[in-house]
Amino acid sequence: MRFSALKILTEGLTGNRGWGAHWRDPEPADGYDIIIIGGGGHGLSTAYYLAKEHGLKKIAVLEKGYIGSGNIGRNTTIVRANYFLPGNSEFYSHSLKLWEGLETDLNYNVMHSQRGQIGLFHSDGQRDAAIRRANSIRNQGDDAELLGVDQLRKMVPYLDYDQGRFPIYGGLLQRRAGTARHDAVAWGYARGADQRGVDLIQNCEVTGIEIKAGVVQGVQTSRGAIRAKKVGIVVAGRSSQVAAMAGMRLPIESHVLQAFVTEGLKPCIDHVISFGMGHFYISQSDKGGLVFGGDLDMYASYAARGNLPMVEHVAEAGMTLMPMIGKARMLRSWGGIMDMTPDGSPIIDKTHIEGLYLNAGWCYGGFKAVPASGNCFAHLMATGAAHSAAQGFRLDRFRTGRGLMDEEGTGAQHNLH
Amino acid sequence: MRIECPLCGSRDRREFYYAGHASALERPDPAASAEIWDNYLHIRENLAGVTNDLWHHETGCGAWLVVTRDTVSHAVLLARLAKRDKK
Repeated sequence: MRFSALKILTEGLTGNRGWGAHWRDPEPADGYDIIIIGGGGHGLSTAYYLAKEHGLKKIAVLEKGYIGSGNIGRNTTIVRANYFLPGNSEFYSHSLKLWEGLETDLNYNVMHSQRGQIGLFHSDGQRDAAIRRANSIRNQGDDAELLGVDQLRKMVPYLDYDQGRFPIYGGLLQRRAGTARHDAVAWGYARGADQRGVDLIQNCEVTGIEIKAGVVQGVQTSRGAIRAKKVGIVVAGRSSQVAAMAGMRLPIESHVLQAFVTEGLKPCIDHVISFGMGHFYISQSDKGGLVFGGDLDMYASYAARGNLPMVEHVAEAGMTLMPMIGKARMLRSWGGIMDMTPDGSPIIDKTHIEGLYLNAGWCYGGFKAVPASGNCFAHLMATGAAHSAAQGFRLDRFRTGRGLMDEEGTGAQHNLH
Repeated sequence: MRIECPLCGSRDRREFYYAGHASALERPDPAASAEIWDNYLHIRENLAGVTNDLWHHETGCGAWLVVTRDTVSHAVLLARLAKRDKK
């Protein structure tokens, strides 16, 4: 089935009876060429690009729950390419370009909205840092504009510009940044992968990884053993548990990150606004809810829910920045489990076990990376060589100390990102 | 989340600073191999379940505590002074 305006019109006139399931629900086969563990955004996009760009046929994605049940269905949906360091810079640039062609490529409306993202600054020093970042972004080939406070006031008049603690001096705008509908990204990739013959196997938890003489043989699952020539681990917050099945220990600590949504409101916030000093960022969904979040709760957690101190902190930061949202009622919150690396940057690499690959460590920035992460991981798994945009994401960079990508400049150490 | 400080009693989580897994107390010998140092600095067990973390009672008595905690339920099971564990 192909989506088109004509199809929507026809279905609308005939009671919408012709829409089928977007993907099959196959039984697992005895074996595959490639198994991807984890049916989140990154796992699904990996399977999609393996099938589409590398022409591979026998691929399965094993998902413990259902498609879209993890962080891909629970995030603040921001898409941007405003990273600073070599290694990250070219990767997120690659990802943004894939985003820009994604809906056509997938024939799926992921509601990608390039509404622009504004990162605020509050002092002369921060303005200098923003200019430096802007130059770095422009060098990577993407757009960045420095807005003075007068320009910013015209664009977003509702901020509290003269607050005592963090007076607003201006903002760094990336017009091509924005948001996308997170569930639709999962569904679009799932449908695209399925159409190319990938088996998406839901309710199938991996319980063991079979390794013989240093070579991966397949996996044990809650639905039986499945052989595979290559296995990719793409399980975000649960990376340490799945890697432990292969006897590996990772440089990862799992933390909880909360995000919040208000009731639906009339359109009032046109951009993504990041208030770094307050650890607060916000956008408005197409449904009208204000979607906002802050920093990690800052302790190791698998609880998939946070604690109240961070709720209070985020609400206070929001009120500091834009008092107008004070009367909006918070509808719901959630906590996602983030796979935090010591330097805050991800890992896309081989492991010491032949045929076993790792895609992890996305910290709190995985959503924008979904297209490029899958694209580069597929390239690595299919060809054995790192994609040119993801060569910095090495697993051994912590051990060797070479090529650390500490974007925040706080030190490549756990608990500092 | 509240933590029972052995010196101050039950206190709000906001009084404490989290400093990661309590393996930080087992600092290797300076002459230890690069692998041992990598293991100490970067590699984490990252357990989903009962684990020991290091917390600093920053706005309380200033003590460093080893807190036994369940990372799945957020239950705080025990807190003791870290100096007893330090080697």
